[in-house]
Amino acid sequence: MSNPVALLGRGAQYVLLSLAAFISVFPFFWMLIGATNSSADILKGKASPGLALLENFSTFFTSVDMPRILFNSFFIAGVGTILTLLVSSLAGYGFEIFRSRIRERIFAGMLLMLSIPFAALMIPLFIMMANFKLINTFQAIILPSIASVFIIFYFRQVTKAFPHELRDAAKIDGLKEWQIFFYVYMPVMRSTYAAATIIVFMANWNNYLWPLIVLQTNEMKTLTLVVAGLTSAYTPDWGVVMVGAIFATLPTLIIFFLLQRRFVEGMLGAVK
Amino acid sequence: MPALILLGIFMIYPILWSLWMSFQTGRGMAFSFGGFTNIMRLTQDPVFLRALTNTLTFLAIQVPIMLILALLFANALNDSRLWGRSWFRTAIFLPCVTSLVAYSVVFRSMFAQDGIINQMLMGIGIIGSPIPWLADPFWAKVVIISAITWRWTGYNMIFYLAAMQNIDRSIYEAARIDGVPAWARFWHITVPMLRPVILFTTVISTIGTLQLFDEPNLLTQGGPSDATLTLSLYIYNLSFRFMPSFGYAATVSYVIVVLVAILTIIQFLVAKDRRA
Repeated sequence: MSNPVALLGRGAQYVLLSLAAFISVFPFFWMLIGATNSSADILKGKASPGLALLENFSTFFTSVDMPRILFNSFFIAGVGTILTLLVSSLAGYGFEIFRSRIRERIFAGMLLMLSIPFAALMIPLFIMMANFKLINTFQAIILPSIASVFIIFYFRQVTKAFPHELRDAAKIDGLKEWQIFFYVYMPVMRSTYAAATIIVFMANWNNYLWPLIVLQTNEMKTLTLVVAGLTSAYTPDWGVVMVGAIFATLPTLIIFFLLQRRFVEGMLGAVK
Repeated sequence: MPALILLGIFMIYPILWSLWMSFQTGRGMAFSFGGFTNIMRLTQDPVFLRALTNTLTFLAIQVPIMLILALLFANALNDSRLWGRSWFRTAIFLPCVTSLVAYSVVFRSMFAQDGIINQMLMGIGIIGSPIPWLADPFWAKVVIISAITWRWTGYNMIFYLAAMQNIDRSIYEAARIDGVPAWARFWHITVPMLRPVILFTTVISTIGTLQLFDEPNLLTQGGPSDATLTLSLYIYNLSFRFMPSFGYAATVSYVIVVLVAILTIIQFLVAKDRRA
């Protein structure tokens, strides 16, 4: 095994991976360092910690109504996630448990919709929301995302592994269908829900284009929009932008480190 | 189970309705001409052609680079005797958990004229003078491609890694005993076994890249002089930044739908063809 070619291959492996790891992690490091530096230093590429951390933080907190913005972001992501999981998992469960030819066709049609880009839906959705007088409301952000084809598909796939005997037993005990779903199915599928929560929360938290279109006043904006807005000034204060970027990344980063295994499981849900 | 049927209607109805509506607006603006004016305008619109070429360029360059990198990383990480595997995996996957907006703004500061990237490249002596990353049409494209690659390579890698772990070890053992070199084991065992997953990631990445919006909007606003304008960004500009022209924008959006459909079918055909 220790012939020179193999050793060379092994060395190349480490070099490749180290380089990739460095490039992957560097922007995070840059963001943290940047938060401690002044705008001019960041643009000059100063890669050592500076003294402007407190100043950047205070500028950020005075220019942004942080409690309000955080509330917006967490409300949209949180409520959106709960509703999406509830509605989409119910549908996924239904599609798998009550199969019929018509439902199979509907399901196939839904999968086709996965390939329709958001750009094609954006304008009709906007007109719809305008007609409902929902522009600049939380409902406008949350409603279109609740019925997620991807999550329905995900739940249908995992429901295949749900033991049917459990459902039969519950039926004999006299439980109604909705009771089975809430008292039997949901507890059994706990870890599926956990994985799906991560995916949906992240997608909602990071959503940019749709809130950009629908949310119009400052007090409705999400953290994502605020951070994007900070850079649209003619001369952005980069130190402040970095503080904003840290706040925008932190929730998903924390979720990732707390639930690393679940997280990866969730990502893989689609190909199972 | 009437609740379920209600739910089905509640979910599918808005999607169908919005689809129907976008057809309506696409034709609605030009109903007196039978709906073809928008398509005529498409063929004569230089900005649209720019956006189309840019989007296809991103697709043709970025997706293969990213998927090959992901495959290489996954293969390297699949080696059970590799030291620090989980560290490398976590590091390479980390970009996937950042918000698109946050990483875009961080990248924008890194690629400044005197910024850290130019300094590092000059430091190792790869370039002699700073590159005007975001102000030059060519380099701006390079920045966008690097940014998306940075964000999504780890994501694809996880799919490959999971699939590789499902391949039976004994196949590799047998090949090794027969004296098949490592690269040949990779090319003749790993890659064919991963074909379904590779197809899946190609389709997903194609759809994603065709819809590219966040990064160009945040990094370059489509500039300099439309060099990084994508179809999605153009649709957004047509609808919300310039004079609203929803009908034409809807037509452009259906160009994406058609592209996604064509490319997905091609990818499925190619995958099927190779299997036969």
